[in-house]
Amino acid sequence: MVYFGVLLVAATISVGWLGPTHRPMKNYLAAFFEWFGELGMFCGRVAKTIFTPPFEFKEILRQMDIIGAKSFPLVAMAGAATGVVLSLQMHDALLRFGAKGMLPTVIIFSLIRETGPIITGVVVSGRVGAGIGAELGSMKVTEQIDAMEASAVNPYRFLAATRILACIAMLPLLTLAADAAGILAGWLASTLQDPVSLRLFIGRGFKTVDFSDFLPPTFKTAVFGFIIGAVSCFQGMSTEGGTEGVGRSATSSVVLSSLIIILADVVLVRFILVFFQ
Amino acid sequence: MKNPAQNRQPIVMIHDLRKSFGSQQVLDGIDLAVVQGETLAVLGRSGIGKSVLLKLIIGLQKPDSGSIVIQGQEITCLDLNQLNEIRKKIGFLFQGAALYDSMTVAENVAFPLRRHTKLSETERKERVRDLLASVGMEEDHQKLPSQISGGMQKRVGLARALALDPEILLFDEPTAGLDPITATEIGELIVELKKQRSITSVVVTHDIHAARAFTDRMALIDNGHVVIEGTFSDLQKSRDQFIHRFLREAA
Repeated sequence: MVYFGVLLVAATISVGWLGPTHRPMKNYLAAFFEWFGELGMFCGRVAKTIFTPPFEFKEILRQMDIIGAKSFPLVAMAGAATGVVLSLQMHDALLRFGAKGMLPTVIIFSLIRETGPIITGVVVSGRVGAGIGAELGSMKVTEQIDAMEASAVNPYRFLAATRILACIAMLPLLTLAADAAGILAGWLASTLQDPVSLRLFIGRGFKTVDFSDFLPPTFKTAVFGFIIGAVSCFQGMSTEGGTEGVGRSATSSVVLSSLIIILADVVLVRFILVFFQ
Repeated sequence: MKNPAQNRQPIVMIHDLRKSFGSQQVLDGIDLAVVQGETLAVLGRSGIGKSVLLKLIIGLQKPDSGSIVIQGQEITCLDLNQLNEIRKKIGFLFQGAALYDSMTVAENVAFPLRRHTKLSETERKERVRDLLASVGMEEDHQKLPSQISGGMQKRVGLARALALDPEILLFDEPTAGLDPITATEIGELIVELKKQRSITSVVVTHDIHAARAFTDRMALIDNGHVVIEGTFSDLQKSRDQFIHRFLREAA
Protein backbone atom coordinates (compact mmCIF):
# COMPACT_ATOMS: atom_id res chain seq x y z
CA MET A 1 0.00 0.00 0.00
CA VAL A 2 2.88 2.34 0.83
CA TYR A 3 4.23 1.87 -2.68
CA PHE A 4 0.89 2.72 -4.20
CA GLY A 5 0.57 5.78 -1.97
CA VAL A 6 3.99 7.09 -2.95
CA LEU A 7 3.28 6.30 -6.58
CA LEU A 8 -0.07 8.08 -6.56
CA VAL A 9 1.32 11.26 -5.00
CA ALA A 10 4.30 11.35 -7.37
CA ALA A 11 2.17 10.63 -10.41
CA THR A 12 -0.42 13.23 -9.40
CA ILE A 13 2.16 15.98 -9.13
CA SER A 14 4.04 15.06 -12.28
CA VAL A 15 1.10 14.35 -14.54
CA GLY A 16 -0.98 17.21 -13.20
CA TRP A 17 1.91 19.51 -13.92
CA LEU A 18 3.16 18.16 -17.22
CA GLY A 19 0.31 16.30 -18.90
CA PRO A 20 -2.37 18.74 -19.91
CA THR A 21 -0.02 21.55 -20.88
CA HIS A 22 -2.79 23.80 -22.14
CA ARG A 23 -4.48 24.06 -18.73
CA PRO A 24 -3.48 26.15 -15.72
CA MET A 25 -1.34 24.36 -13.17
CA LYS A 26 -3.67 25.23 -10.31
CA ASN A 27 -5.39 21.98 -9.62
CA TYR A 28 -2.98 19.06 -9.87
CA LEU A 29 -5.46 16.47 -8.68
CA ALA A 30 -8.20 17.44 -11.14
CA ALA A 31 -5.69 17.64 -14.00
CA PHE A 32 -4.27 14.26 -13.00
CA PHE A 33 -7.62 12.50 -13.04
CA GLU A 34 -8.66 14.25 -16.23
CA TRP A 35 -5.45 13.26 -18.01
CA PHE A 36 -5.60 9.69 -16.80
CA GLY A 37 -9.29 9.43 -17.70
CA GLU A 38 -8.61 10.67 -21.23
CA LEU A 39 -5.60 8.34 -21.53
CA GLY A 40 -7.78 5.43 -20.37
CA MET A 41 -10.45 6.25 -22.96
CA PHE A 42 -7.74 6.53 -25.61
CA CYS A 43 -6.35 3.10 -24.65
CA GLY A 44 -9.89 1.66 -24.76
CA ARG A 45 -10.38 2.94 -28.31
CA VAL A 46 -7.02 1.52 -29.37
CA ALA A 47 -7.70 -1.83 -27.66
CA LYS A 48 -10.94 -2.17 -29.62
CA THR A 49 -9.03 -1.93 -32.90
CA ILE A 50 -6.35 -4.44 -31.84
CA PHE A 51 -8.80 -7.34 -31.61
CA THR A 52 -10.87 -6.62 -34.72
CA PRO A 53 -9.81 -6.92 -38.38
CA PRO A 54 -8.28 -5.52 -40.53
CA PHE A 55 -4.90 -6.11 -38.88
CA GLU A 56 -2.11 -3.85 -40.01
CA PHE A 57 0.72 -6.42 -39.88
CA LYS A 58 2.85 -4.63 -42.44
CA GLU A 59 2.70 -1.36 -40.56
CA ILE A 60 3.43 -3.13 -37.25
CA LEU A 61 6.57 -4.66 -38.80
CA ARG A 62 7.62 -1.25 -40.13
CA GLN A 63 7.15 0.27 -36.69
CA MET A 64 9.07 -2.61 -35.08
CA ASP A 65 11.96 -1.75 -37.36
CA ILE A 66 11.78 1.98 -36.59
CA ILE A 67 11.24 1.53 -32.86
CA GLY A 68 13.24 -1.62 -32.22
CA ALA A 69 16.00 -2.16 -34.75
CA LYS A 70 16.91 1.51 -34.96
CA SER A 71 17.09 1.83 -31.14
CA PHE A 72 19.44 -1.14 -30.92
CA PRO A 73 22.80 0.72 -31.12
CA LEU A 74 21.65 3.31 -28.60
CA VAL A 75 20.39 0.73 -26.12
CA ALA A 76 23.48 -1.46 -26.54
CA MET A 77 25.71 1.54 -25.94
CA ALA A 78 23.78 2.59 -22.83
CA GLY A 79 23.90 -1.02 -21.56
CA ALA A 80 27.65 -1.25 -22.21
CA ALA A 81 28.35 2.02 -20.39
CA THR A 82 26.30 0.80 -17.43
CA GLY A 83 28.25 -2.49 -17.42
CA VAL A 84 31.56 -0.63 -17.32
CA VAL A 85 30.43 1.69 -14.54
CA LEU A 86 29.05 -1.21 -12.49
CA SER A 87 32.31 -3.08 -12.93
CA LEU A 88 34.47 -0.11 -11.89
CA GLN A 89 32.32 0.81 -8.89
CA MET A 90 31.75 -2.71 -7.64
CA HIS A 91 35.39 -3.75 -8.08
CA ASP A 92 36.38 -1.13 -5.57
CA ALA A 93 33.52 -1.80 -3.17
CA LEU A 94 33.91 -5.59 -3.20
CA LEU A 95 37.65 -5.26 -2.70
CA ARG A 96 36.95 -3.57 0.65
CA PHE A 97 34.88 -6.54 1.81
CA GLY A 98 37.35 -9.03 0.41
CA ALA A 99 34.67 -10.35 -1.91
CA LYS A 100 36.32 -9.59 -5.25
CA GLY A 101 35.35 -13.01 -6.58
CA MET A 102 31.70 -11.93 -6.42
CA LEU A 103 32.22 -9.24 -9.09
CA PRO A 104 30.75 -11.21 -12.06
CA THR A 105 27.72 -12.22 -9.99
CA VAL A 106 27.08 -8.66 -8.84
CA ILE A 107 27.39 -7.22 -12.34
CA ILE A 108 25.21 -9.86 -14.01
CA PHE A 109 22.66 -9.95 -11.22
CA SER A 110 22.30 -6.19 -11.14
CA LEU A 111 22.14 -5.88 -14.94
CA ILE A 112 19.53 -8.51 -15.67
CA ARG A 113 17.33 -7.83 -12.67
CA GLU A 114 17.12 -4.09 -12.75
CA THR A 115 19.70 -1.95 -14.50
CA GLY A 116 19.25 -3.44 -17.97
CA PRO A 117 15.43 -3.15 -18.01
CA ILE A 118 15.25 0.36 -16.56
CA ILE A 119 18.08 1.73 -18.72
CA THR A 120 16.36 0.29 -21.79
CA GLY A 121 13.01 1.78 -20.74
CA VAL A 122 14.41 5.25 -20.16
CA VAL A 123 16.64 5.33 -23.26
CA VAL A 124 13.86 4.07 -25.55
CA SER A 125 11.34 6.46 -24.03
CA GLY A 126 13.74 9.28 -24.94
CA ARG A 127 14.28 8.21 -28.51
CA VAL A 128 10.94 6.67 -29.39
CA GLY A 129 8.69 8.79 -27.15
CA ALA A 130 9.96 12.03 -28.67
CA GLY A 131 9.72 10.56 -32.17
CA ILE A 132 6.13 9.37 -31.79
CA GLY A 133 5.00 12.51 -29.95
CA ALA A 134 6.46 14.81 -32.61
CA GLU A 135 5.39 12.70 -35.61
CA LEU A 136 1.78 12.21 -34.54
CA GLY A 137 1.66 15.80 -33.23
CA SER A 138 2.67 17.24 -36.58
CA MET A 139 0.28 14.86 -38.35
CA LYS A 140 -2.49 16.21 -36.12
CA VAL A 141 -1.79 19.90 -36.69
CA THR A 142 -1.39 19.49 -40.46
CA GLU A 143 -4.74 17.63 -40.64
CA GLN A 144 -3.12 14.36 -41.80
CA ILE A 145 -4.96 12.46 -39.06
CA ASP A 146 -8.22 14.09 -40.18
CA ALA A 147 -7.38 13.10 -43.77
CA MET A 148 -6.86 9.52 -42.67
CA GLU A 149 -10.20 9.48 -40.86
CA ALA A 150 -11.90 11.12 -43.86
CA SER A 151 -10.65 8.30 -46.09
CA ALA A 152 -12.36 5.81 -43.76
CA VAL A 153 -9.15 4.56 -42.11
CA ASN A 154 -9.21 4.45 -38.32
CA PRO A 155 -6.15 6.39 -37.07
CA TYR A 156 -6.36 4.60 -33.71
CA ARG A 157 -5.78 1.36 -35.58
CA PHE A 158 -3.28 2.52 -38.18
CA LEU A 159 -1.23 5.00 -36.15
CA ALA A 160 -1.65 4.22 -32.43
CA ALA A 161 -2.24 0.45 -32.19
CA THR A 162 0.67 -0.35 -34.53
CA ARG A 163 3.11 1.79 -32.56
CA ILE A 164 1.96 0.55 -29.16
CA LEU A 165 2.18 -3.11 -30.22
CA ALA A 166 5.61 -2.55 -31.74
CA CYS A 167 6.81 -0.93 -28.49
CA ILE A 168 5.43 -3.82 -26.41
CA ALA A 169 7.12 -6.40 -28.64
CA MET A 170 10.47 -4.66 -28.99
CA LEU A 171 11.23 -3.55 -25.42
CA PRO A 172 12.00 -7.05 -24.04
CA LEU A 173 14.24 -7.74 -27.06
CA LEU A 174 16.07 -4.45 -26.61
CA THR A 175 16.47 -5.29 -22.92
CA LEU A 176 18.27 -8.49 -23.94
CA ALA A 177 20.60 -6.37 -26.07
CA ALA A 178 21.27 -4.00 -23.15
CA ASP A 179 21.92 -6.95 -20.81
CA ALA A 180 24.30 -8.64 -23.25
CA ALA A 181 26.20 -5.44 -24.03
CA GLY A 182 26.40 -4.62 -20.32
CA ILE A 183 27.76 -8.05 -19.40
CA LEU A 184 30.35 -7.94 -22.19
CA ALA A 185 31.48 -4.43 -21.34
CA GLY A 186 31.48 -5.30 -17.63
CA TRP A 187 33.75 -8.26 -18.33
CA LEU A 188 36.00 -6.06 -20.48
CA ALA A 189 36.38 -3.49 -17.70
CA SER A 190 36.96 -6.14 -15.09
CA THR A 191 39.49 -8.10 -17.15
CA LEU A 192 41.49 -4.94 -17.74
CA GLN A 193 41.91 -4.59 -13.98
CA ASP A 194 42.20 -8.28 -13.13
CA PRO A 195 42.54 -10.54 -16.16
CA VAL A 196 39.73 -13.12 -16.25
CA SER A 197 38.44 -15.13 -19.21
CA LEU A 198 34.96 -14.34 -20.55
CA ARG A 199 33.97 -17.95 -20.05
CA LEU A 200 34.97 -17.91 -16.39
CA PHE A 201 33.35 -14.51 -15.86
CA ILE A 202 30.03 -15.63 -17.30
CA GLY A 203 30.25 -19.06 -15.64
CA ARG A 204 30.74 -17.47 -12.24
CA GLY A 205 28.19 -14.76 -12.84
CA PHE A 206 25.36 -17.07 -13.89
CA LYS A 207 26.07 -19.72 -11.25
CA THR A 208 23.57 -18.32 -8.78
CA VAL A 209 21.20 -16.79 -11.34
CA ASP A 210 18.12 -18.74 -12.38
CA PHE A 211 15.22 -18.09 -14.74
CA SER A 212 13.11 -16.36 -12.13
CA ASP A 213 15.86 -13.72 -11.88
CA PHE A 214 15.88 -13.26 -15.61
CA LEU A 215 12.43 -13.73 -17.16
CA PRO A 216 10.11 -11.52 -15.04
CA PRO A 217 12.38 -8.44 -15.13
CA THR A 218 12.89 -8.83 -18.88
CA PHE A 219 9.20 -9.23 -19.60
CA LYS A 220 8.24 -6.36 -17.32
CA THR A 221 9.75 -4.12 -19.99
CA ALA A 222 6.75 -5.03 -22.16
CA VAL A 223 4.81 -2.88 -19.67
CA PHE A 224 7.39 -0.11 -20.19
CA GLY A 225 6.81 -0.52 -23.93
CA PHE A 226 3.08 -0.14 -23.44
CA ILE A 227 3.63 3.00 -21.35
CA ILE A 228 5.96 4.56 -23.95
CA GLY A 229 3.62 3.72 -26.84
CA ALA A 230 0.34 4.68 -25.17
CA VAL A 231 1.56 7.92 -23.56
CA SER A 232 3.41 9.15 -26.66
CA CYS A 233 0.59 8.28 -29.08
CA PHE A 234 -1.94 9.92 -26.76
CA GLN A 235 0.15 13.08 -26.33
CA GLY A 236 0.82 13.21 -30.08
CA MET A 237 -2.77 12.65 -31.19
CA SER A 238 -4.16 15.21 -28.75
CA THR A 239 -1.77 17.95 -29.90
CA GLU A 240 -3.24 21.42 -30.20
CA GLY A 241 -1.75 24.76 -31.14
CA GLY A 242 0.47 24.47 -34.22
CA THR A 243 4.22 23.92 -34.15
CA GLU A 244 4.50 25.05 -30.55
CA GLY A 245 2.02 22.33 -29.64
CA VAL A 246 4.12 19.76 -31.51
CA GLY A 247 7.15 20.75 -29.43
CA ARG A 248 5.10 20.46 -26.25
CA SER A 249 3.84 17.01 -27.27
CA ALA A 250 7.34 15.75 -28.01
CA THR A 251 8.67 17.00 -24.67
CA SER A 252 5.74 15.81 -22.61
CA SER A 253 5.82 12.38 -24.32
CA VAL A 254 9.41 11.84 -23.22
CA VAL A 255 9.07 13.32 -19.76
CA LEU A 256 5.79 11.62 -18.89
CA SER A 257 6.65 8.21 -20.32
CA SER A 258 10.08 8.03 -18.65
CA LEU A 259 8.63 9.29 -15.37
CA ILE A 260 5.72 6.85 -15.43
CA ILE A 261 8.13 4.03 -16.32
CA ILE A 262 10.24 4.76 -13.24
CA LEU A 263 7.14 5.02 -11.05
CA ALA A 264 5.59 1.87 -12.51
CA ASP A 265 8.87 0.09 -11.90
CA VAL A 266 8.32 0.50 -8.16
CA VAL A 267 5.06 -1.41 -8.40
CA LEU A 268 6.39 -3.96 -10.90
CA VAL A 269 9.45 -4.81 -8.78
CA ARG A 270 7.24 -5.30 -5.74
CA PHE A 271 4.86 -7.44 -7.81
CA ILE A 272 7.71 -9.60 -9.15
CA LEU A 273 9.19 -10.05 -5.67
CA VAL A 274 5.83 -11.20 -4.31
CA PHE A 275 4.80 -13.51 -7.15
CA PHE A 276 7.98 -14.79 -8.81
CA GLN A 277 10.64 -15.14 -6.11
CA MET B 1 -23.12 29.67 -64.52
CA LYS B 2 -26.67 28.46 -64.48
CA ASN B 3 -27.69 25.67 -62.19
CA PRO B 4 -28.01 22.61 -64.44
CA ALA B 5 -29.59 20.42 -61.82
CA GLN B 6 -32.66 22.21 -60.62
CA ASN B 7 -35.02 19.27 -60.57
CA ARG B 8 -32.66 16.63 -59.31
CA GLN B 9 -32.65 14.93 -55.92
CA PRO B 10 -30.54 16.55 -53.23
CA ILE B 11 -27.42 14.46 -52.45
CA VAL B 12 -26.43 16.47 -49.39
CA MET B 13 -29.15 18.02 -47.23
CA ILE B 14 -28.33 20.05 -44.16
CA HIS B 15 -31.05 21.26 -41.83
CA ASP B 16 -30.81 23.58 -38.82
CA LEU B 17 -27.19 22.59 -38.18
CA ARG B 18 -25.64 24.02 -35.02
CA LYS B 19 -22.12 23.75 -33.69
CA SER B 20 -20.37 25.63 -30.91
CA PHE B 21 -16.89 25.52 -29.43
CA GLY B 22 -17.04 26.48 -25.76
CA SER B 23 -19.08 29.66 -25.56
CA GLN B 24 -18.57 30.49 -29.24
CA GLN B 25 -21.53 29.59 -31.46
CA VAL B 26 -19.91 28.93 -34.85
CA LEU B 27 -22.82 27.52 -36.86
CA ASP B 28 -26.23 28.66 -35.72
CA GLY B 29 -28.89 26.97 -37.82
CA ILE B 30 -27.41 26.26 -41.28
CA ASP B 31 -29.80 25.03 -44.01
CA LEU B 32 -28.31 23.89 -47.30
CA ALA B 33 -29.08 21.42 -50.08
CA VAL B 34 -26.75 20.26 -52.85
CA VAL B 35 -28.22 18.33 -55.76
CA GLN B 36 -26.64 15.61 -57.90
CA GLY B 37 -23.87 16.92 -60.16
CA GLU B 38 -23.96 20.41 -58.75
CA THR B 39 -20.98 22.44 -57.50
CA LEU B 40 -21.92 24.64 -54.55
CA ALA B 41 -19.57 27.30 -53.22
CA VAL B 42 -19.80 28.13 -49.54
CA LEU B 43 -18.53 31.66 -49.09
CA GLY B 44 -17.82 33.69 -46.01
CA ARG B 45 -15.15 35.53 -44.10
CA SER B 46 -12.22 33.67 -42.57
CA GLY B 47 -12.94 31.97 -39.27
CA ILE B 48 -16.70 31.93 -39.85
CA GLY B 49 -16.95 28.14 -39.61
CA LYS B 50 -16.84 27.13 -43.28
CA SER B 51 -14.23 24.42 -42.71
CA VAL B 52 -16.17 23.23 -39.66
CA LEU B 53 -19.17 22.76 -41.95
CA LEU B 54 -17.15 20.44 -44.23
CA LYS B 55 -15.81 18.48 -41.26
CA LEU B 56 -19.38 18.05 -40.01
CA ILE B 57 -20.49 16.76 -43.42
CA ILE B 58 -17.81 14.05 -43.41
CA GLY B 59 -18.35 13.26 -39.73
CA LEU B 60 -14.94 14.40 -38.44
CA GLN B 61 -16.84 16.50 -35.92
CA LYS B 62 -20.24 16.00 -34.34
CA PRO B 63 -22.84 18.77 -34.52
CA ASP B 64 -24.57 20.04 -31.36
CA SER B 65 -27.93 19.65 -33.12
CA GLY B 66 -29.50 19.55 -36.56
CA SER B 67 -29.37 17.00 -39.33
CA ILE B 68 -27.06 16.11 -42.21
CA VAL B 69 -28.54 13.74 -44.77
CA ILE B 70 -26.21 12.27 -47.40
CA GLN B 71 -27.83 10.23 -50.18
CA GLY B 72 -30.93 9.83 -48.04
CA GLN B 73 -29.04 8.67 -44.95
CA GLU B 74 -28.91 10.70 -41.76
CA ILE B 75 -25.22 10.64 -40.77
CA THR B 76 -25.25 12.35 -37.38
CA CYS B 77 -26.42 9.20 -35.59
CA LEU B 78 -24.32 6.59 -37.42
CA ASP B 79 -21.70 4.42 -35.71
CA LEU B 80 -18.11 4.48 -36.97
CA ASN B 81 -18.47 1.52 -39.36
CA GLN B 82 -21.60 2.94 -40.99
CA LEU B 83 -19.98 6.37 -41.17
CA ASN B 84 -16.91 4.87 -42.85
CA GLU B 85 -19.13 3.39 -45.56
CA ILE B 86 -20.43 6.90 -46.29
CA ARG B 87 -16.91 8.35 -46.11
CA LYS B 88 -15.75 6.01 -48.87
CA LYS B 89 -18.17 7.80 -51.20
CA ILE B 90 -16.78 11.22 -50.28
CA GLY B 91 -13.45 12.73 -51.34
CA PHE B 92 -12.00 15.51 -49.20
CA LEU B 93 -9.33 17.97 -50.35
CA PHE B 94 -7.88 19.64 -47.27
CA GLN B 95 -6.73 23.24 -47.17
CA GLY B 96 -3.06 22.29 -46.81
CA ALA B 97 -3.56 19.12 -48.91
CA ALA B 98 -2.74 17.06 -45.74
CA LEU B 99 -0.56 14.58 -47.63
CA TYR B 100 1.04 11.93 -45.41
CA ASP B 101 4.57 13.25 -45.29
CA SER B 102 6.24 9.93 -44.56
CA MET B 103 4.88 8.50 -47.83
CA THR B 104 5.74 9.30 -51.44
CA VAL B 105 3.25 10.95 -53.79
CA ALA B 106 2.30 7.56 -55.27
CA GLU B 107 1.93 5.93 -51.84
CA ASN B 108 -0.33 8.78 -50.76
CA VAL B 109 -2.69 8.15 -53.67
CA ALA B 110 -2.44 4.37 -53.18
CA PHE B 111 -3.27 4.62 -49.44
CA PRO B 112 -7.11 4.55 -49.72
CA LEU B 113 -6.90 2.01 -52.57
CA ARG B 114 -4.73 -0.33 -50.52
CA ARG B 115 -7.22 -0.24 -47.67
CA HIS B 116 -10.59 -0.28 -49.38
CA THR B 117 -10.16 -2.11 -52.67
CA LYS B 118 -9.04 -5.59 -53.62
CA LEU B 119 -6.93 -4.44 -56.57
CA SER B 120 -3.77 -6.39 -57.35
CA GLU B 121 -0.39 -4.67 -57.03
CA THR B 122 -0.23 -4.07 -60.82
CA GLU B 123 -3.83 -2.83 -61.06
CA ARG B 124 -3.26 -0.50 -58.13
CA LYS B 125 -0.09 0.93 -59.67
CA GLU B 126 -1.94 1.50 -62.93
CA ARG B 127 -4.82 3.22 -61.15
CA VAL B 128 -2.40 5.45 -59.22
CA ARG B 129 -0.66 6.33 -62.48
CA ASP B 130 -4.00 7.23 -64.10
CA LEU B 131 -5.07 9.32 -61.13
CA LEU B 132 -1.76 11.20 -61.04
CA ALA B 133 -1.92 11.70 -64.81
CA SER B 134 -5.41 13.19 -64.48
CA VAL B 135 -3.97 15.94 -62.25
CA GLY B 136 -0.72 16.25 -64.25
CA MET B 137 1.55 14.79 -61.56
CA GLU B 138 2.62 11.43 -63.02
CA GLU B 139 6.25 12.58 -63.36
CA ASP B 140 6.66 13.21 -59.65
CA HIS B 141 5.21 10.00 -58.27
CA GLN B 142 8.35 9.05 -56.35
CA LYS B 143 8.85 12.39 -54.63
CA LEU B 144 7.97 13.08 -51.01
CA PRO B 145 5.37 15.78 -50.27
CA SER B 146 8.14 18.01 -48.84
CA GLN B 147 9.90 17.96 -52.22
CA ILE B 148 6.98 19.42 -54.22
CA SER B 149 5.31 22.86 -54.19
CA GLY B 150 2.04 23.78 -52.47
CA GLY B 151 0.13 23.77 -55.76
CA MET B 152 1.50 20.34 -56.64
CA GLN B 153 0.54 19.06 -53.18
CA LYS B 154 -3.03 20.20 -53.81
CA ARG B 155 -3.06 18.31 -57.11
CA VAL B 156 -1.84 15.16 -55.38
CA GLY B 157 -4.39 15.75 -52.61
CA LEU B 158 -7.06 15.92 -55.32
CA ALA B 159 -5.80 12.68 -56.90
CA ARG B 160 -5.96 11.00 -53.49
CA ALA B 161 -9.47 12.35 -52.90
CA LEU B 162 -10.51 10.84 -56.26
CA ALA B 163 -8.92 7.45 -55.61
CA LEU B 164 -12.08 5.65 -54.52
CA ASP B 165 -14.24 7.19 -57.28
CA PRO B 166 -16.24 9.36 -54.89
CA GLU B 167 -19.72 10.62 -55.65
CA ILE B 168 -19.25 13.72 -53.53
CA LEU B 169 -16.18 15.95 -53.27
CA LEU B 170 -15.52 18.44 -50.50
CA PHE B 171 -12.94 21.15 -51.11
CA ASP B 172 -11.55 23.23 -48.26
CA GLU B 173 -10.14 26.46 -49.71
CA PRO B 174 -8.78 24.76 -52.86
CA THR B 175 -7.21 27.95 -54.23
CA ALA B 176 -5.96 29.57 -51.01
CA GLY B 177 -2.24 30.31 -50.89
CA LEU B 178 -1.72 29.58 -54.59
CA ASP B 179 -0.58 31.91 -57.36
CA PRO B 180 -3.39 32.96 -59.76
CA ILE B 181 -2.25 30.59 -62.53
CA THR B 182 -2.08 27.51 -60.28
CA ALA B 183 -5.36 28.55 -58.63
CA THR B 184 -7.02 28.71 -62.05
CA GLU B 185 -5.56 25.31 -62.96
CA ILE B 186 -6.99 23.76 -59.79
CA GLY B 187 -10.34 25.42 -60.55
CA GLU B 188 -10.29 24.05 -64.08
CA LEU B 189 -9.61 20.59 -62.69
CA ILE B 190 -12.73 20.93 -60.53
CA VAL B 191 -14.81 21.93 -63.58
CA GLU B 192 -13.30 19.08 -65.61
CA LEU B 193 -14.20 16.57 -62.90
CA LYS B 194 -17.75 17.78 -62.84
CA LYS B 195 -18.03 17.37 -66.59
CA GLN B 196 -16.37 13.94 -66.74
CA ARG B 197 -17.77 12.23 -63.69
CA SER B 198 -20.81 14.28 -62.70
CA ILE B 199 -19.45 14.58 -59.17
CA THR B 200 -21.38 16.62 -56.61
CA SER B 201 -19.07 19.14 -54.98
CA VAL B 202 -19.07 21.54 -52.05
CA VAL B 203 -16.30 24.13 -52.30
CA VAL B 204 -15.53 26.21 -49.23
CA THR B 205 -13.72 29.38 -50.17
CA HIS B 206 -13.41 33.09 -49.49
CA ASP B 207 -12.28 33.67 -53.08
CA ILE B 208 -15.36 34.98 -54.88
CA HIS B 209 -13.63 34.99 -58.27
CA ALA B 210 -12.85 31.29 -58.02
CA ALA B 211 -16.38 30.61 -56.80
CA ARG B 212 -17.88 32.54 -59.69
CA ALA B 213 -15.72 30.82 -62.28
CA PHE B 214 -15.89 27.23 -61.08
CA THR B 215 -19.18 26.70 -59.28
CA ASP B 216 -22.89 26.64 -60.16
CA ARG B 217 -24.34 28.20 -57.08
CA MET B 218 -23.14 30.04 -53.98
CA ALA B 219 -24.19 30.22 -50.36
CA LEU B 220 -22.88 33.08 -48.27
CA ILE B 221 -22.50 32.44 -44.54
CA ASP B 222 -22.35 35.06 -41.83
CA ASN B 223 -22.99 34.89 -38.08
CA GLY B 224 -23.61 31.15 -38.33
CA HIS B 225 -26.46 31.49 -40.86
CA VAL B 226 -26.77 31.20 -44.62
CA VAL B 227 -27.40 34.84 -45.57
CA ILE B 228 -28.14 34.19 -49.23
CA GLU B 229 -28.09 31.29 -51.64
CA GLY B 230 -28.10 31.54 -55.42
CA THR B 231 -26.06 32.35 -58.51
CA PHE B 232 -23.55 35.20 -58.61
CA SER B 233 -26.12 37.47 -60.25
CA ASP B 234 -28.61 36.63 -57.47
CA LEU B 235 -26.00 37.84 -54.99
CA GLN B 236 -25.42 40.99 -57.04
CA LYS B 237 -29.14 41.73 -57.13
CA SER B 238 -29.51 41.48 -53.38
CA ARG B 239 -30.02 44.66 -51.37
CA ASP B 240 -28.50 43.26 -48.21
CA GLN B 241 -25.71 45.50 -46.90
CA PHE B 242 -23.43 42.65 -45.85
CA ILE B 243 -23.68 40.91 -49.23
CA HIS B 244 -22.87 44.15 -51.04
CA ARG B 245 -19.92 44.78 -48.79
CA PHE B 246 -18.65 41.22 -49.22
CA LEU B 247 -18.86 41.43 -53.01
CA ARG B 248 -17.28 44.89 -53.09
CA GLU B 249 -14.38 43.99 -50.77
CA ALA B 250 -13.82 40.70 -52.56
CA ALA B 251 -13.65 42.48 -55.90
